[in-house]
Formats: sequence, C-alpha cells, structure tokens
Amino acid sequence: MNTYTLYLNSKRCIGCHGCVVHCKANKNLPVGPILCEISHEPLKSVRGVPKTEFKFRSCYHCEDPFCVTICPTGAMKKREDGIVYVETAKCIGCMACAGACPWGIPQHNPETNKAVKCDYCMDRLDAGLQPACVTKCTTHALKLVSMQEV
Amino acid sequence: MKKSIWSMCGICTVRCPIRVEVEDNTVTWLEGNQHILKGALCAKGSAGPALVADKERPQQPLIRKGGRGAGRWEAVSWEFALDYVADKLKTIIEHHGPEAIMASSRGGPFHDVVKAFTHALGSPNYTDHDSACGRNVHHASLSLFGLGRKGFIYDIKNAKHLVLFGRNILSSLRPAEVNQVMDMLDKGGKLTYVDVRQTLTGIKATNFFQVRPGTDYALALALIHEIIKAEGYDADFVEHYTSGFDELAYFVENYSAEWAAKECGIKAKDIHELVDQLIGDRPKVIFHPGWMLSRYNDSFYASRALNCLNALMGNIEVEGGLVFAKGAGDCGGKGPRSLTELSPKPAAKRADGVGEVYKQFEKGTGLFHLFYQAMATAKPYPIKGIICVRHDPFSCFPDPQAQKEALDNCDLIVSVDTHYSEFGWYADVILPESTYLERDSMIALQKGMKPRMIMRNKVIEPQADTLDLYSIIKGLATRLGLDQYFPHSTMQELWGWQLEPTGFSLTDFEKKGFVEYADKPVMYDRDKLEGKFKTPSGKIEIISQKLTEWGFPSWKPYESPAKPPKGKYRLVFGRSPLHAHSQTINNPLLNEMMPENTLWINTREAGKMGVAEGDFVDVISGDVTSVITAKLTDFIHPEAVYTVHGFGRQIPLQTRAYHAGMSDQKLMKGQLQNMDPVGGGLNLCETFVTVRKSSKNHQRKVEL
Ligand code: SF4
Ligand code: SF4
Ligand code: SF4
Ligand code: SF4
Repeated sequence: MNTYTLYLNSKRCIGCHGCVVHCKANKNLPVGPILCEISHEPLKSVRGVPKTEFKFRSCYHCEDPFCVTICPTGAMKKREDGIVYVETAKCIGCMACAGACPWGIPQHNPETNKAVKCDYCMDRLDAGLQPACVTKCTTHALKLVSMQEV
Repeated sequence: MKKSIWSMCGICTVRCPIRVEVEDNTVTWLEGNQHILKGALCAKGSAGPALVADKERPQQPLIRKGGRGAGRWEAVSWEFALDYVADKLKTIIEHHGPEAIMASSRGGPFHDVVKAFTHALGSPNYTDHDSACGRNVHHASLSLFGLGRKGFIYDIKNAKHLVLFGRNILSSLRPAEVNQVMDMLDKGGKLTYVDVRQTLTGIKATNFFQVRPGTDYALALALIHEIIKAEGYDADFVEHYTSGFDELAYFVENYSAEWAAKECGIKAKDIHELVDQLIGDRPKVIFHPGWMLSRYNDSFYASRALNCLNALMGNIEVEGGLVFAKGAGDCGGKGPRSLTELSPKPAAKRADGVGEVYKQFEKGTGLFHLFYQAMATAKPYPIKGIICVRHDPFSCFPDPQAQKEALDNCDLIVSVDTHYSEFGWYADVILPESTYLERDSMIALQKGMKPRMIMRNKVIEPQADTLDLYSIIKGLATRLGLDQYFPHSTMQELWGWQLEPTGFSLTDFEKKGFVEYADKPVMYDRDKLEGKFKTPSGKIEIISQKLTEWGFPSWKPYESPAKPPKGKYRLVFGRSPLHAHSQTINNPLLNEMMPENTLWINTREAGKMGVAEGDFVDVISGDVTSVITAKLTDFIHPEAVYTVHGFGRQIPLQTRAYHAGMSDQKLMKGQLQNMDPVGGGLNLCETFVTVRKSSKNHQRKVEL
C-alpha cells in the first residue's frame, strides 16, 4: 500500500529548480542522474497576464512497479509503506528498470555504475525527517503527504 | 564524528544563514537556518559542496609567467606569493605613493577587512562593484530620504500590494524575501510587475505591464500624476514629513496616464485601474525602488520617482510598508567593532574624483569604473596597483577590452577569489581564497526590524592550498609593516575583539547561529519621525537641497528613449535562479542545470530575420561578434533582446563554462564610462546590437 506522495503547491512554486539540486546534493550525485523535475506548459494570457504553473515529478512509486518485476537481481524493491527503492549492493547497473518504467524514471549513476531513483529520501524519513526536496524547497511549496491525509 | 555547525552561505551575496552537518571533514547535509529560513535554500545554495570539490578552481597561489591573459601560471607557495605582492606594493608606494594603489571588493558585510587594508596602506582608493549594481538606487534614496538603499526594510509579507519595476524578485532571488512575497500572495495581496519581458516573477502578477524598454520613468511619473490628481495620496504624511510636493505636482502635470500609455506601449485604462487599486490598498503598498538599476540613462530618476511614490502612499514605518532598518543602537545595544576603526581614513583625494569632481556621489566607496580613467590618464594621479577581492570587473562592467587597455598602465594586478575570474585570468597574481565552507568570516551586523549579528564559521578544513581573507590580508600587512592595523592573530581573537563592546560572546551564537538585539520588531512612533530623515531639512526632500546645490534637477523632464536603428535591438540582461552572475557558471551542478544562456527574441522579429527556435544567431556590436542559440517568445518587447548575464567565459581551465553561451558585457562596446551623471550607475541597457541568423547553422541535411 502506498503511504506517501509528494504534493506541490503550484501557487507557491517559483520554478527555481532548487528541489532538483537539493535532491542531487543530498544523494551526493555526480553530473548525470536527476531524480526529480520541474516543468510547465507554455505561457498563456490570463486577464492580460501571461501565466503558467509549475509541475513537479519524481518517481510515482507505482502500486505494481514494472521496475521491480523486471530487475534481474532483486535490487529494485518495494517497501511495506509503498516506497520503491534500489538496494544498491545488489544492483548490477543493467538499467533494465529504466527500460521497463513507462517514464524511464530510474537513472544511471556513472560514478557507482548503479541505478538510482527517488526513494522519498527514506533514510531521512526513517530518521524522522522530511525529504531533502521538501525540507529545502525555496518557497516551502513541496510537501510530503501521507495518503490518509488526501 | 558528526557535527552540526551554524554558518552562512556564500555562493551569492545574499548570504543566507545555514546549518551544516559535517562528518570526517565532509559536508553531509546543508540547509537554511531553521530559525530564519525554516530549512529553505535556493538551488545555488545546495551546490556549495560541489564548489568545494571542484578542481577547476585555483588550488594554490599562482604567479603569471607569460603575457597578461596568456594563461601561463607558476604555482607558488603562500610565502612566496605574499612576499611577491608585498614587494611590488612597496615599489609602487616608493615611486608613486600609497594612493597609487586601489582595492575593490564585493560590497556588504565583509568589505571591512579590504577597506581597512587600503586605508592602512595610506590610500583612500577603496571601491566596490556597485556602479554596475545599486548606485542609482542608493543615491536616489539618499537624495530623497537622506538614507541609503539599505535604510529601509520592506515589510512585504504584510503588504497588500507590491509594485515591481523590473525587480525580478522571484528569479534574482533572496529566499527570505521570496517567502515574504509568496506569503503576501497567499494572503490575497496584489503584485504588479513592469518589465520589457515576462519573467518568473511576472507570471505570479495580478497586473502585468510589458513596457517599451527604457520607459519605466514615464510610467512612474504617470502614477504620481494620477495619484495626485485623484487626491489619493496620504495628505497628512506628505504635509508633515515632505517638502517640495507642490513643485512635484506642477512637474508631473503633463504626465498623464494617457501620455504614459502611448510612451510605454500599454493601455491607459490599465494604468487607471492600477491607480484605483493602489489608492484602495494604501498605505500597505510597496514600490520597490529597484535593486540592480544600472540600466537606462534615467534610472536614477526612475528610482527616485518610485521612492517618491512610497512617500505619497505614506507607507513609511507602517506594517506592510517601508520600515526603518534598525541598528544595535535602536535597541540600546552596541554593534560589533570593525577593522576600519583601527586604520584612519587617509586625507588624500580619491583618484576616481568622487567627493571632488563628483560631489554628487557618496565618498565611502566611490565608483570603480572612474578609476579606469585615472589609470589611462594618470589624472588626478596615477593608479599603478589594483587588488580585486571576490570581484570580477571584467564580468561586471562593460567592455573588458577597454578595461584591459586601462589596466595595462598598472604594475601590479592581484585577484583574490575562490574561483578563476576573467579579471583574475588577466592578473599578475591569483591569491586563491578558501570557499565559504572552508573559511571563517568576520562578525557582521545586519540591520533590520530585529537587528542581529551574523557570522560565518568554517565547516571543513580547506581542500586545497587556499586561505581565508583575513589571513591573506594580514599576511600582506605584516610584510608591509602594518601589523598594528591587523593585531589579531586568529579569527577567535578577532571575533572576541569585535564582540567586546556588544556585551555578547561567541557562546551566544551557539543556540541559533546569530544573535538578536530585540525579541520583537522595533518600530518608531510614526507620529514622531522628525530627525529620522537625514536630509539637510530633516524632511523627505521631494526637491532635494543637495541636488539643487550640485546643479542637478530633482526631477528630470522625461525624454523618450531612442528606438533601435533598423536591424538592431536593445540588449537587456538579467538573472536566472540557477546562477549567481558569472560566479557559478562553472559549478558542476549548476552548470548541469543551466550550461548556457540563450537570446530571447520576439517571435515576430525573429520571423522577419528567418530565425527559428534553436537556431544560432550572431550578435554583433562593434568588433565583437557572439554566437548564441535563439529562444523565440511572444513575451518580450520587439525592440529588445534578452540574455542571462554571466556566460561567455573565456577561461580555458573552466572546461564547463569555456565559451558556453554569450557574454552581454563584452558586447557593450564603448560603454565603460556611460554612466548616469546623477546616480553614478552605469547605463548597462543602452547598447544596440545587430542580430542575424548565423552562418554556424547547419545547412547540410545529410549526415552520411
Ligand atoms: S524548490 Fe520549491 S519553489 Fe523551487 S522549483 Fe522546487 S518546488 Fe518549486
Ligand atoms: S521507477 Fe517507474 S515503474 Fe518503478 S515505481 Fe517509479 S514510476 Fe513506477
Ligand atoms: S524525495 Fe528525496 S529522492 Fe525523491 S525527489 Fe525528493 S529529494 Fe529526491
Ligand atoms: S540566495 Fe542561494 S546562493 Fe545566495 S546565499 Fe542564499 S542560498 Fe546561498
């Protein structure tokens, strides 16, 4: 059962990409893998003001994740609370998970030659903290919500 | 062992308070100080550890071997480098006197040590980067309020309406301020945004005006006109605290909304609607007077008009308005000591002419670009040595080629910086400063509604052979026999000395990372603001006595900005939230997010040139041609082309940034001395460039 989701209050988000860099810095990732993204539709005029809103996307932590099924070594796992994560020690860097994921979410870390993806910063969650992107979002627009709250 | 250390971000000059976790001399976590920022940091703030790890920054002192700018360096020890610089300085002093040496640093709380060193040498010639930044705003504010640009705090979160003229507040961002803006919007506050293009800020606006470039002053005058006409100003406040209102009313008589609408290319009806809103929202309306307003040749007056609108709104010292920045004294306390107290200001006249030829400019920092004239002409006397600390004039001021020609009259050029700057690459000596995570900095006072002392603690030991600024300066001072001005041998000693008069000690910083002088915001009695405005009359001088005395009008009759000649565009520039000007372009993580800039071109104009999205275009000015990728948008004025400042770097050792994108300042040919005569800011948006489809686009469609 999925417990968590990341919710973006797009009214507050300013599209600064802080979350993307906060995430990379937290996981000490080199240039290459990017675990979340900020995007927007083209600007449209709303009462004379060209407007758009930002969207945030990381891994969807699917109910039945293709990435988990396809992983040949069992490195890609789903926890009790729904978090889909890579057990790095078992990962052989074949990137079958990225091929199986409809959105190509898992990323290759060239330094470790392993897959890496959003794991809702489960080490931080387990320590009673919030994910890096949530804690450090420039405008406090990102929230980790548990499904019960939704 | 894991440690948690309070410190201060130093990627950009906002200097956000941070908390850093460190294990085995490695940063494992870094966040905004919970007490002030609730964890928030910008993207750049998280790229600090990447800066530390980056081997493409100077790793030890370097002395030039080949010709200037040739890029041949000899790595030397600190002993050698400091001896070398000190010897050169001595020779210059012997032949030309100490005033032949100038120094510049970033403005802000840490300029003290550089200024103290300049004065200790016996030179009055300390300066900073501000003539390419906030000088117009600063001088405009001084002429009106008698207080500089930092004299007021903007209580944005409690405002009902924030009006921004080109102040792209959510992109050239300060995290604490951004949160104030978002809080204001969440509470139903209005945002009015005026610019030549749509921005990250403008997309959040209630009212958006895309104006013709260079017409900000026109719109500001029209707002004054309409507010006065509707008697929508705070008459009591104006009566009590201002002088010259009648002259202003007379001056703006012809500047109606209808007139401005034509001039700016917007609708009169929208201006009227804005005026109605402003009157309804008064006094909780804030007109931002501009941050980096070195743009057009009337930017000083535009800023003055915006600040005058603040006075008309009667928003001074009210919640949701402009609040006097309080110092330690306002709380019955004392601020920390500064090193400049130890080295008296030399009596010699400044070489930039500020205070003599240019009485209208504040003497404290003068104007950097004017020193180039002194170098070139040896008048009023020669400048032979220059030290730039964490300041890259080639990335900051127009026309680096012209700057190099002036600098060639110098016998010594020194760059102190954490990264290779374009200026440093041309220098004789590079003294690498430790990055902000590897150095301590002096304690500084931050004025505000709740004034506080802030400090930066070193969180890890330097990863390369670099030093903190105090050690570098002290090392030079010692060699020059100026020990008495820098008597403290460790940072702890210096901090202790700084704190002596304050009654606080270092342990008081342990709880939150800063020390506050007050628990609650300190507000003056709004009915007793007499004496708070430091103008000659003690009032807000709508007609400034000093400007009159110096022979400048307080209000300049509006002149319509030139239209670009056929085939040319006005080059305007700005910032992205991912880079701090030129300083971060080579940072691995930030470079990954934004490796180069583009040229924004109005879609229809691009169509005329046959330029499609993603095409290469040539941008030409004088003998400079740059190639850049075109980005087409409907949301930029057809007279302007826009780019993000800081790119187009030419330092081969910065492999990521090398020749990536285009440099705006290199295209500002012949603009080095084009300054606002009253405000002192450079006119950085007064360059017209030719744009054409580049021959670099692939014509061959076959790749076999
Ligand atoms: S850090 Fe926050 S405000 Fe910035 S883009 Fe990410 S979600 Fe949006
Ligand atoms: S990586 Fe793809 S398939 Fe796997 S959980 Fe995430 S979104 Fe689903
Ligand atoms: S939850 Fe953690 S891993 Fe996922 S996007 Fe946010 S910072 Fe990255
Ligand atoms: S705005 Fe960003 S880069 Fe600048 S000091 Fe703050 S966190 Fe650092």
